[in-house]
Amino acid sequence: MTSLNARIPEGPVAEKWTAYKSGCKLVNPNNKRKLDIIVVGTGLAGASAAASLGQLGYNVKVFCYQDTPRRAHSIAAQGGINAAKNYQNDGDSAYRLFYDTIKGGDYRAREANVYRLAEVSNQIIDLCVAQGVPFAREYGGLLTNRSFGGAQVSRTFYARGQTGQQLLLGAYGALSRQIAAGNVTLFNRRDVLDMVLVDGKARGVIARNLVTGEIERHAAHAVVLANGGYGNVFFLSTNAMGSNVTPSWSAYKKGAMFANPAFTQIHPTCIPVHGDAQSKLTLMSESLRNDGRIWVPAKLKDVERLRNKEIKPSDIPEADRDYYLERRYPAFGNLVPRDVASRAAKERCDAGFGVGSTGMAVFLDFADAIKRKGHDTIDSLYGNLFQMYQQIVADSPYDTPMMIYPAVHYTMGGLWVDYELMTTIPGLYAIGECNFSDHGANRLGASALMQGLADGYFVLPYTIGNYLAAEIHTPRFDTASTEFNLAAQSVTDRLKAIKNTSAKESVDHFHRRLGKIMWEYCGMARNETGLNEALYLIAELRNEYARGVKVPGGMNEYNPELEKACRVADFIDLGELMVRDALQRQESCGGHFREEYQTSDGEALRRDDKFAYVGAWEYKGRDAAELHREELQFNEIKLSQRSYK
Amino acid sequence: MNFTLKIWRQKNATAKGQMVSYNVSEISPDSSFFEMLDTLNQKLIMSGGDPVSFDHDCREGICGTCSLYINGRPHGPVKGVTTCQLHMRSFKDGDTIHIEPWRARAFPIISDLIVDRSAFDKIIQAAGYVSVNTGGVPDANTIPVPKEKSDAAFDAATCIGCGACVAACSNAAAMLFIGAKVSHLALLPQGQVEAAKRVQKMVACMDELGFGNCSNTYACEAECPKGISVSNIARMNREFLGAKLFTEKEKIIQDSL
Repeated sequence: MTSLNARIPEGPVAEKWTAYKSGCKLVNPNNKRKLDIIVVGTGLAGASAAASLGQLGYNVKVFCYQDTPRRAHSIAAQGGINAAKNYQNDGDSAYRLFYDTIKGGDYRAREANVYRLAEVSNQIIDLCVAQGVPFAREYGGLLTNRSFGGAQVSRTFYARGQTGQQLLLGAYGALSRQIAAGNVTLFNRRDVLDMVLVDGKARGVIARNLVTGEIERHAAHAVVLANGGYGNVFFLSTNAMGSNVTPSWSAYKKGAMFANPAFTQIHPTCIPVHGDAQSKLTLMSESLRNDGRIWVPAKLKDVERLRNKEIKPSDIPEADRDYYLERRYPAFGNLVPRDVASRAAKERCDAGFGVGSTGMAVFLDFADAIKRKGHDTIDSLYGNLFQMYQQIVADSPYDTPMMIYPAVHYTMGGLWVDYELMTTIPGLYAIGECNFSDHGANRLGASALMQGLADGYFVLPYTIGNYLAAEIHTPRFDTASTEFNLAAQSVTDRLKAIKNTSAKESVDHFHRRLGKIMWEYCGMARNETGLNEALYLIAELRNEYARGVKVPGGMNEYNPELEKACRVADFIDLGELMVRDALQRQESCGGHFREEYQTSDGEALRRDDKFAYVGAWEYKGRDAAELHREELQFNEIKLSQRSYK
Repeated sequence: MNFTLKIWRQKNATAKGQMVSYNVSEISPDSSFFEMLDTLNQKLIMSGGDPVSFDHDCREGICGTCSLYINGRPHGPVKGVTTCQLHMRSFKDGDTIHIEPWRARAFPIISDLIVDRSAFDKIIQAAGYVSVNTGGVPDANTIPVPKEKSDAAFDAATCIGCGACVAACSNAAAMLFIGAKVSHLALLPQGQVEAAKRVQKMVACMDELGFGNCSNTYACEAECPKGISVSNIARMNREFLGAKLFTEKEKIIQDSL
């Protein structure tokens, strides 16, 4: 085990980024034209990075598996984006946003990165407004804010329940402008299946054209991964159907370390599972917790009567309701961070107080808010979310409480990056959700959009120049070189090996099985016995998968089953690494809850003396990985047990 | 629930397509339309058949990927939802359901139910943005926007670019799509600087790509899953006319100098 150096600039935390920017190397405009950059993914991080790098004058190639960049899954983010503007005069500052993010992440994030994130947050809002993002406004014409979990100030900017959509369309507009200007070339409907390294540096990718099946080679002076999170390892998640880990995983297999894979976020407010044919889960924005009150019946007898449809939720009197978040966490109430809210729901449901047909749901009730604020105000705040809920479950939240249950939503883990967002492979960067950096063991609401755009608009454009300044004499690469030949060949071989028409089971069969293992043993609560069981089950699943999967159709045509087959192969390998990581981290922190490590009242028990580090895994062949540590230094913030009571 | 499906099958862009019949059974009324199609595809895969290709991604009604023409209507029978948010409880047990791709010259078929909508990207690339660079912009609150305008801009900006408006239109016009973007930006002070050029460029691009023109049937608004109003087309026409008059006036002034 070696220690990792994050190359954090010297100086006080509040001055590091300014000092870095003043000292980093620049590339002059004439030379930028000679440099190529590949960006994989067009969500908030990828689109904003590609647009900004194109604007600077680099030649950018951007890849997405969707038919157009505008559909990347950032589009589904609902609630909002944080910034330390302090427009509400409620005491906010960059320091407070930094502090809340570190604390919300249960002290497992790097101070310098998080401070930088808080620092650039205000610029993001300015830029998005200039792009025409229609954020919510007051009657006076100025921007308004809402509050969100894990904070005591109102710092969340929002565009009804479609903030991600509006921000992504802003970034997509900026990207489209650069495409029109010829600075960025778009490669849509492409899966990036491998990284190409030349002399140890990232120099290109191998992609599959999803329409023609052609295996393409693309070279560049630097590669930026922005391929999002890996929540689909659980099969059921709030991710899009196509969201996958493959670009990150291929980078991992080529030497980029994968950090904190076990840190996954289970979001407390999702629509409960309805049945076996279910293909995905739908999130209901956390912003609902501003006005909705979460409860379950206090008496088991009422649970029974609800299930038998003898009574309606509104028939249960106040005294017989258990508003368990307000009861357990009076200071934050329904606005505790996501991990805390999710575990509390699980605790109540496991104890038999869950509602709904499966008993795996809790109420999110708006009756009080409607009474207090009026139907119209609630409608203007949450109208589209209520509609969406009604469309899916055929119940109106105006008439009866919503039913919600936690679901996999976000992955804090990802490729390890240093302060410059570079992975352990020189010239390979990871931005947005696909890196591990800013959210520690738990992400606060409205911080993902902030991080994606911070990385893409305001961080990477500086840090990548610092690397590329030394590459101005490197000529463009020949994609017929040995390195490209080998990588392209290995991709073709891999596709051939996976595809087996005589195999018994389809890709979905394996994916569902993997999902069940992960949810059962590596979900909201984990323990050593279960994790060891999961290791065994995953190994078995992987062996079966290696014998081939039933994939119809040809290699050289549109073949969505073949796409899925590659993605699931990587999810299986990733699942194993997640379990290993959950095993080694013998503490509870944020989204990672080890049952062996909890306080007497069931809260997460961190072990800072032993585990205040980032665990980064190095690929050592198919079944092996070596753990490296980056010790976390807390100079600004004193480590303490998180308390929301 | 049991259904008979009649689905458009077409191997690739150049192959000849046809409607093919399938049966699915034991579908939960709570299943989404795509979960029903997943069930069909699993059955086809396991029996050595060729699964049906369809575009889908977020499955929560916001990415705009899905694009099915169900029983003669874009996104099916329920108003205000995308195909992915359509649930089988909206159909009757035993129904025969016809499923086709969007049909428009500007949206060529790729495979089965999947069409190529990159024409929409080209229209946005023509001018569907505010030309600001990253960095160097004023503080967000230095540009006050009346709430009503901001809300109206938001309503137009909720377009998900699915193409239902084009599929619904007898002329395969993209006027609602463009009208939505033109309105979104023209209603905001940030977008007004380039408003005249924007509308002209976007309309020119639309004409070039082979989309038809508007003949006021309002089918686009009726089928838009996000309920985008045809008043956006009216605003676009106003902007377009204004821009044209302005350019002509400019030209007269230039010529007289």
